[in-house]
Amino acid sequence: MVDFRIFTNTETKTFMIGILITVFVVAFLILFSGNSFRPKYYRLLAIFPLLLFLYFGYFMMNLQEESSLLLHYKWIPSLGINLDFKLDGLSLLFSLLITGIGTLIYFYASDYLKNAHYLNRFYCYLTLFMGSMLGLVLSDNLMTVFMFWELTSITSFFLIGFNNEEESSRKSAMTAFAITGLGGFLLLAGFLLIANITGSFSIQELMSSHEILQNNSMYILILIFIFGGAFTKSAQFPFHFWLPGAMAAPTPVSAYLHSATMVKAGIYVLARFSPILSDGYIWNNTLMIVGGITMIYGAFHSIFRTDLKEILAYSTVSALGIIVFLLGIGTDYALYAAVTFILVHALYKATLFLTAGIIDHAVHTRDITKLTGLGKYMPVVAIAAFIAALSSAGVPLTFGFISKDLIYESTLNFPQWGVYLTIFAVTTNVLLAGSGFLAGVKPFLGESIQKPSRLHKPSVFLWLPVVILSLLTLIFGIFPFLADDGILNHAFTSIAVRETELYLKLWHGFNTVLILSIFTIIFGLFLFVFNRYLRTPLQNVLKLEPVSPQSLTESFGEFFRKFAFNYTRLMHNGYLRNYLIVIILFITGLVGYRLITTVPLQLITEDLSGFSIYELTFFIIILVSIFYTLKTTSRLTAIASLGVIGYCLCLIFVFYGAPDLAMTQFAIDTLTVVLFVLVLFKLPGFLPFRNKKIIFRDAVISLSFGTLIMLITLQSLVYPASKEISRFYAENAYTLAKGKNVVNVILVDFRGFDTLIESVVLSIAALGVYGILKYRGINEEAD
Amino acid sequence: MKRPTNRQKSKTFDLIILKTATNYLIPLLLMFSIFVLLRGHYLSGGGFVGGLIASIAFVLHSFAHTTKVTLALFRFSPKTLIPVGLSICLLSALIPVFTGAPFFTGLWLEEPIAVIGSVGTALFFDIGVYAVVLGVTLTILFTIKDNV
Repeated sequence: MVDFRIFTNTETKTFMIGILITVFVVAFLILFSGNSFRPKYYRLLAIFPLLLFLYFGYFMMNLQEESSLLLHYKWIPSLGINLDFKLDGLSLLFSLLITGIGTLIYFYASDYLKNAHYLNRFYCYLTLFMGSMLGLVLSDNLMTVFMFWELTSITSFFLIGFNNEEESSRKSAMTAFAITGLGGFLLLAGFLLIANITGSFSIQELMSSHEILQNNSMYILILIFIFGGAFTKSAQFPFHFWLPGAMAAPTPVSAYLHSATMVKAGIYVLARFSPILSDGYIWNNTLMIVGGITMIYGAFHSIFRTDLKEILAYSTVSALGIIVFLLGIGTDYALYAAVTFILVHALYKATLFLTAGIIDHAVHTRDITKLTGLGKYMPVVAIAAFIAALSSAGVPLTFGFISKDLIYESTLNFPQWGVYLTIFAVTTNVLLAGSGFLAGVKPFLGESIQKPSRLHKPSVFLWLPVVILSLLTLIFGIFPFLADDGILNHAFTSIAVRETELYLKLWHGFNTVLILSIFTIIFGLFLFVFNRYLRTPLQNVLKLEPVSPQSLTESFGEFFRKFAFNYTRLMHNGYLRNYLIVIILFITGLVGYRLITTVPLQLITEDLSGFSIYELTFFIIILVSIFYTLKTTSRLTAIASLGVIGYCLCLIFVFYGAPDLAMTQFAIDTLTVVLFVLVLFKLPGFLPFRNKKIIFRDAVISLSFGTLIMLITLQSLVYPASKEISRFYAENAYTLAKGKNVVNVILVDFRGFDTLIESVVLSIAALGVYGILKYRGINEEAD
Repeated sequence: MKRPTNRQKSKTFDLIILKTATNYLIPLLLMFSIFVLLRGHYLSGGGFVGGLIASIAFVLHSFAHTTKVTLALFRFSPKTLIPVGLSICLLSALIPVFTGAPFFTGLWLEEPIAVIGSVGTALFFDIGVYAVVLGVTLTILFTIKDNV
């Protein structure tokens, strides 16, 4: 065998992290380039994913010798969060899909979106998405998996909502983000539970602890969380509805994210975790049931839709269901079928999506009842689409035939309910074959009703990607061992963690599977031919829409919005005094309750030091100022005396050895007084409250709050706080952080992360103030 | 109802003593704030307090003159200081990553530099905090001053 290795092992590993960083850097470079490039230059960017594709392709040779490549980089070692990357068969399959189809999409979009504004933003989002997706499939650490998972949700939000001037587009983006965001949250919970039980974030290490996990009482909870994450992302019933909604995205995005890559992230997580979490019962049965429902539901919906992209969206939902279903079956045949189908589906579905884009571009409609006879004007595209449709129906010599064989093989060989599973699989495939023909064949056949003059001939940038994809479908269909030896075998090994004797072959002999395949194709054709007559009765299903998961979720959202509105109206009435009363009463009640019920109140007076004359003086000054603040009828006096109280407190800090606190307090107090003075003249006239009831109410509230704070302070003397942490800081400030001022060392070093986040919070507050006040100014001017 | 603009107000209060005084106070206060920032690692002080002192200096100036005149002292809006400061913070935390140490590891030069003292990533972090605090305080105060 030829040795293709150019790099040594360590070099390739460091190179991998470099690649991820490069992707993100390139994304921002594209963004900041502004609109300085003409649209046609954006197609040069396709070189970038192509290079990545070649890079990962080079690993295909490497994997022959080693089952996986690992790379460790310490990130936050104290929390066990490291940038660990692993390249094995499964991640390589996904990486190749992401970069390979990515190349074609970059190429295609440069022409498809040539009239769009902000093409730089589009390519920035697309590159960010590609980076996050690569990060997701290459990560070997639960936390980085989660991080990249969330990034794919966020970038997909921007891509779906790219036409942000259309309301439907914004709404779809929100729905998709809400559903996948919910899933991300669940996934995080699942990951944290796993890490808590096993004490490790590394997926590699988890492989050996699958018994610990399955015998833990939390096992069911973990499954619920992981399933929640994966099912929302991969559009499984009942969370499937965001995917058809996401078709508001530009077609290249639909092809890339919503058929070939992102929606398979959930599948990826399920596949990655099946050796760890699969127990042969709950895991497998749940996947089989959910996947089974999804594949039937999606396939059924795809057959009577009339919008080209909607048909494709529902058949994608169905295809995702098939993969989940196969992962659930979990036999050698099924897992092999799953990895094969991932590749098959990506190839033919991307082709069909891109074709739909070309059609939409050319005749400005996606309604399949109106589309006929386009084959005359774009023969090349038509042939490519035919091949994809045949692959989706599983006609021999296309790659789809091979995967369909494997699917039937795995359901037939399933011990318990093999017959029922086969019936489900055949039904789904018949429906999918029908919808595949509808999307890939129907628009090109028949009499032409379009006036040729209105047609745009598709440019080479549009049809070349389609042709490449369908050629691959044919090549892999005729020479299946190419895909098999290159990647699918390794992908199988990394899911199943065992070697297999299975291999893809073209001819299985004349057996039940072949009969089922022929049956599928014939009935698929039947559905296609008689679709016109079937559509109307089938569309009656749409009457069930009010109880569909989508409507239920939307009405729940609407209910929640109304609830939030009323709640806000109740609590936020705009009176500062009411806010203060609510906040103080709540704290007093909660803390007071806890204090009385759980802590035996006692006073220790012997530890209290006596007070000096200075302290007494400042104490008296504070009391007088408080009295003055309450009694005065002038705001300025009130503010000035509040300032006096603040400065006195600063001095008390100085006496008790907290100069840093005193300095900060001093500066803050000065600025607060300044702030008050700034708005002083704008306030309405001073209204002294002489209502006895109000005075009484305020007195009770402030007295009870004051008493509570006093009690807590005295109580803290009884239970001296743990000195360990402060001692650690004091002892190590100089040795570890080279600082002598412990307060500052804590701020900038020991707890630097806190400070960083607090700075961000401060900045957000400033932007908020700026935004609110400027916006108000604009509104007033408009009035 | 029409509100008096800042210019009209400044005509009513022509504070010649305050104006003259602030012209001398501003450099003093700014130098003091930098002094507080730099000594932070060994004695009381630090970026947060330093930033606050610096903003007091500018606020004082804006009282004596007007916000417009104070803003003219900057070549750019104080808002710019916020992202700049945050980037400095983040960069100082990222520098150790490039040497192979984990995120946020404190790195220090072997020998202290005259006047400034020891130089390390923590100092840059503090400078970032200083810039953020200055930017935030001035943005909030000037916005309120001009818009309320």
